[in-house]
Amino acid sequence: MYAQMVKSEGMKSRDEMSAEEQAFQDRIDRGEKIEPKEWMPEGYRKTLIRQIGQHAHSEIVGQLPEGNWITRAPTLERKAILLAKVQDEAGHGLYLYSACETLGVTRDELMELLHAGKMKYSSIFNYPTLTWADMGAVGWLVDGAAIMNQVPLQRTSYGPYSRAMIRICKEESFHQRQGYAIMMKMASGTPAQKKMAQDALNRLWYPSLMMFGPSDKDSVHSAQSMSWKIKMNSNDELRQKFVDQTVPQAEYLGLTVPDPALKWNEDKGGYDFSEPDWSEFYDVLAGNGPCNKDRLGARVKAWEDGAWFRDGLVAHARKAAARRTPAAAE
Amino acid sequence: MPSLPDMTTADAADLARAQAAAHPGQTAPRPDADQEALFEALLRIGDSTLILAHRVSEWCGHAPALEEDIGLANVALDLIGQTQMWLGLAAEVEGEGRTDNDLAYLRDAWDFRNLLIVERPNGDFGQTLMRQFLFDAWHLELLTALMQSADPRVAEIAAKAVKEVAYHLERSSDLVIRLGDGSEESHRRMQDALDDLWPYTGEMFLSDDKDVTPAAEGVMPDPSSLRAKWEAVVREVLDEATLSIPENDFAHKGGKQGVHTEHLGYILAEMQFLQRAYPGASW
Amino acid sequence: MSKEWPLWEIFIRGQHGLNHRHVGSLHAPDAEMAVLNARDVYTRRNEGVSIWVVRSADITASSPSEKGPLFEPANSKVYRHPTFFDIPDEVGHM
Repeated sequence: MYAQMVKSEGMKSRDEMSAEEQAFQDRIDRGEKIEPKEWMPEGYRKTLIRQIGQHAHSEIVGQLPEGNWITRAPTLERKAILLAKVQDEAGHGLYLYSACETLGVTRDELMELLHAGKMKYSSIFNYPTLTWADMGAVGWLVDGAAIMNQVPLQRTSYGPYSRAMIRICKEESFHQRQGYAIMMKMASGTPAQKKMAQDALNRLWYPSLMMFGPSDKDSVHSAQSMSWKIKMNSNDELRQKFVDQTVPQAEYLGLTVPDPALKWNEDKGGYDFSEPDWSEFYDVLAGNGPCNKDRLGARVKAWEDGAWFRDGLVAHARKAAARRTPAAAE
Repeated sequence: MPSLPDMTTADAADLARAQAAAHPGQTAPRPDADQEALFEALLRIGDSTLILAHRVSEWCGHAPALEEDIGLANVALDLIGQTQMWLGLAAEVEGEGRTDNDLAYLRDAWDFRNLLIVERPNGDFGQTLMRQFLFDAWHLELLTALMQSADPRVAEIAAKAVKEVAYHLERSSDLVIRLGDGSEESHRRMQDALDDLWPYTGEMFLSDDKDVTPAAEGVMPDPSSLRAKWEAVVREVLDEATLSIPENDFAHKGGKQGVHTEHLGYILAEMQFLQRAYPGASW
Repeated sequence: MSKEWPLWEIFIRGQHGLNHRHVGSLHAPDAEMAVLNARDVYTRRNEGVSIWVVRSADITASSPSEKGPLFEPANSKVYRHPTFFDIPDEVGHM
């Protein structure tokens, strides 16, 4: 899940709602899509900006841990696949920023908020990618966790967000598969490759579980977002689903999930598993993950170093427009 | 050790390697001189696309705007695809059982035949775009000529690549014009980039003895024959960009003969790391 | 004056000769670059053969509150939809 800990307003009871708010809630309950410029509660708009913005930031910061390995990919084919995948992430960021812009905020404003540390991105991208097997594990686990969240969001109440998610999900299906394909190759490779694969799973397992956010009992903002259909499932529900889906995939690879307490629970029809270390999660959110400074630093540098380029093109566009119609010069 | 190659090994390159290891004294028959010249000529193209793809891909995630990030990645992807075709054909022509990946990942710098310009560090985005433009203009002329190659395999690859490269040139020349004729700062940066890179363009058109046979047989154009058209395109674009071509016509050279700048060693150290650290592993 | 690249709406005609369809938005300094960017962003998977770009600010949209008056009259003309007419099965496909 690329949106964690998105703050939203407290939930209003039906009696506390104005007539407009009641009508709005009724439309959502009927499954209607809310479109840009239609009336919406300010809390709905603000929560969506935070959530979609955070999701968009996660896509572009998420380019970095994988981009890290493009120049070191072990074959020409792997290099092309990885590059295409990281390029897709830039595209997904672009679609999501566009969706966010329909809510009355510009992409540059969102970028500035990210760079100033006033908006977050998913905690997972503050972990390093240390070996080639991490390219497999990121695709398999991180994209797997993201997809788990994004598929239901295709039905979210806000039209532009829903359409962005539909496009993203269509493109995303190749991401998880390419990751798992790398894992299969590694797990059936030399002893060193197998060790690399296990090491990647060991390091990325709990950070992947953290992607779904804290447990529902500690998640104060869920109820309102769920009634607005901008959050479709609870954190624990998705985490459980992810574990149930992923454990057999790890077994197929012959890898061991790093959780001694992991056990099939016949009664609930799912696995019992250990919680991640939530104090680590809050540390990472607070800026103390292994890569926070590097990731944000790289984004800020790209933005600042590119200012002359963006401005130069605007200067040219104005000159060219002025040459075409001198009256429009000012 | 079996006396015969293991026939269950699917990969021909593996077979060849096993064979060579089992019989150290034995070598495949030497290709004739024409084939050797063709191999060399193919490396000169495929190594340039490979190293440029590497440089361009370094921008992924770091470009000045999302749209540029995506656009540049497309260029790098095209160049990787072309590399697979050129080096794949080179390996086939060589006939020693190597693959495109063997050529990319298991040669040292002195065996690389790329132009020096493609190994130049990315610099600022203007340097990257100017390098791309100067290369694209040459690349398009080269591929256009190669479509008439007497070797149908070469002509076929060129016909596929030429469409991609025509778009690369459209994109890079458009950006060079806009930034040259943009703000004061963008103009200055583009002029600096041009001044820095110009001495690396002459190498594109220098011929050596390795160019003689393929040119005589109509397989490859004589490098010098591409100059006039390249210069016409470059002058037109740079004029529109309000940039001035440096007077200095000094040309750095050596890449095509395997004498590179220090940068290539670092590129290869990074690119080849996994293949070198885990020899024989399959990825 | 803002230095932010304006937003453009992108319309693409797919392979099959259908109408141009809205596929999304992007930023570009002017229309020509919006077309180039659209090619890179929205046709990565071979999706299109023709691109239109329109500056988002230049689009005039029906206001959402007019949704009733604008669209309800069409709703009442159910006879425009083929399923309005009951054709006996014996007649065959029509």
